[in-house]
Amino acid sequence: MAETYALWKSMMLNGEHITFWQSFFVKFYQAFIEKDRWSQYLEGVGTTLMVTAMALAIGVVLGVIVAIIRTAHDQRRPGSGSFISRFVLGIANFICKVYVTIIRGTPMMVQMLIMGLVIFKSSRDFTTIGALTLGINSGAYVAEIIRGGLMSLDPGQAEASRSLGLNYIDTMWFVVIPQAFKAILPSLGNEFIILLKDTSLITVIGGKELLHAAQGIYTRTYEQMLPLIGIAVIYLILVMVFSWLQGILERRLRQSDRR
Amino acid sequence: MIDVKNLSKSFGNHLVLDDISEHIYPGEKVVVIGPSGSGKSTFLRCLNLMEIPTAGTITFDGAQITDPKVNIDLMRRKMGMVFQHFNLFPNMTIRKNITLAPVRTKLMSKEEANDVATQLLRRVGLEEKADAYPSQLSGGQKQRIAIVRALAMNPKLMLFDEPTSALDPEMVGEVLAVMKELASEGMTMVVVTHEMGFAREVGNRVLFMDEGKIVEQAAPDILFNNPQHPRLQEFLSKVL
Ligand SMILES: Nc1ncnc2c1ncn2[C@@H]1O[C@H](COP(=O)(O)OP(=O)(O)OP(=O)(O)O)[C@@H](O)[C@H]1O
Ligand SMILES: [Mg+2]
Repeated sequence: MAETYALWKSMMLNGEHITFWQSFFVKFYQAFIEKDRWSQYLEGVGTTLMVTAMALAIGVVLGVIVAIIRTAHDQRRPGSGSFISRFVLGIANFICKVYVTIIRGTPMMVQMLIMGLVIFKSSRDFTTIGALTLGINSGAYVAEIIRGGLMSLDPGQAEASRSLGLNYIDTMWFVVIPQAFKAILPSLGNEFIILLKDTSLITVIGGKELLHAAQGIYTRTYEQMLPLIGIAVIYLILVMVFSWLQGILERRLRQSDRR
Repeated sequence: MIDVKNLSKSFGNHLVLDDISEHIYPGEKVVVIGPSGSGKSTFLRCLNLMEIPTAGTITFDGAQITDPKVNIDLMRRKMGMVFQHFNLFPNMTIRKNITLAPVRTKLMSKEEANDVATQLLRRVGLEEKADAYPSQLSGGQKQRIAIVRALAMNPKLMLFDEPTSALDPEMVGEVLAVMKELASEGMTMVVVTHEMGFAREVGNRVLFMDEGKIVEQAAPDILFNNPQHPRLQEFLSKVL
């Protein structure tokens, strides 16, 4: 195969006539096979998945914390609690609101550049900074998703549970969270997909994920089409696999809706 | 059983319960009636502290439950509550709905709770629904399950807030039948309802509430046949 490639490539360079398929083969070979380039894509996929996982973990932790503070603040009974606890909750709620407002109000790309080129100017660990930025960004959206899920739940559910003598934690764990989780699963899945694709943005600060691999290759071969289409297909496959898994989970959770 | 002293409740500056004092004796069936917005639900919900009273004290089973130091979860285990909209947990089977609280509060082992659930379900004729989910049941069936769920905790007192108001008329009877049976077994009950027939038949005492006060109370035949207060006369002329 390598010989065929070398032959057809020299024919192409000499301006000899070759068929469309021959030139496609040359470009394909260049983009994916020559110098074991496929391994660079593979590494890129690995980084992409790792960054997504890190960002997701950060995003979910931040999102849960912010959502709990925001709902605790909004659902607090007027006039309950000591002055100190009201004051602390008020401050925490204010910080959460500012966080969500800033993150939702500025472009992801700008946040990425600010983190990479301003705040962590001296660090060279671009991939980690990228994951951190994505996680902080995602946290704001996850928080709003969770908050929406908790608020959409009929308050009668928690009341019924408390009226039976179950405490706050059991009520959250057995009654509120399972129902809220089921309600927000589609939006959470959507957020995950956005996150997976947004990992491509970390290339602007030098993070080495899938898009970075494609860029590295086409700056050498001067042939952009196949590397870019190639990674587009890879992103698409990742997203489709994930959507499929999500579908299975949703179907399992829908069990209790059957009539 | 439960003693209410000078109970007041406001939402913001809207006074909903105005200095209510009342005593409910063991085994008594108290029916609460009154126009919409008069504070019936709020009164009932204060009894198990679903609403925190603004002023006054409530003593239940020897403990002053309005004292912030009292563990309200322990108190609520002895009081069952049935809601207008059933509030069954849709993510659990009927059996799980019934056994969750007794098992989690360590009142019973899992096996005991399962046995209790089976017995109670048999009593209300819904044994075969144990493994169904709430969405598969009719309204009347859901409310019977909700009653059973509360009974599984062996409560000393049952609170009902308009348990039949959300039901289609043909399902009201089956729920009232369960409540009547419960009454005949000696359960202490406080029932907010618009079912005057039930009040007459089952109630020992009827409280008429208006604008946050209990303006009149008596045994049902006296209250219905010989109402004194003009507001009660007006109310009865509308509902009877
Ligand atoms: N959580 C709340 N916040 C503010 N106001 C409330 C709240 N709950 C009840 N209220 C108000 O308190 C008043 C009494 O309400 P309550 O539900 O006790 O009346 P009710 O007698 O049960 O009426 P109904 O027959 O319609 O159920 C109403 O004016 C209602 O708007
Ligand atoms: Mg009411």
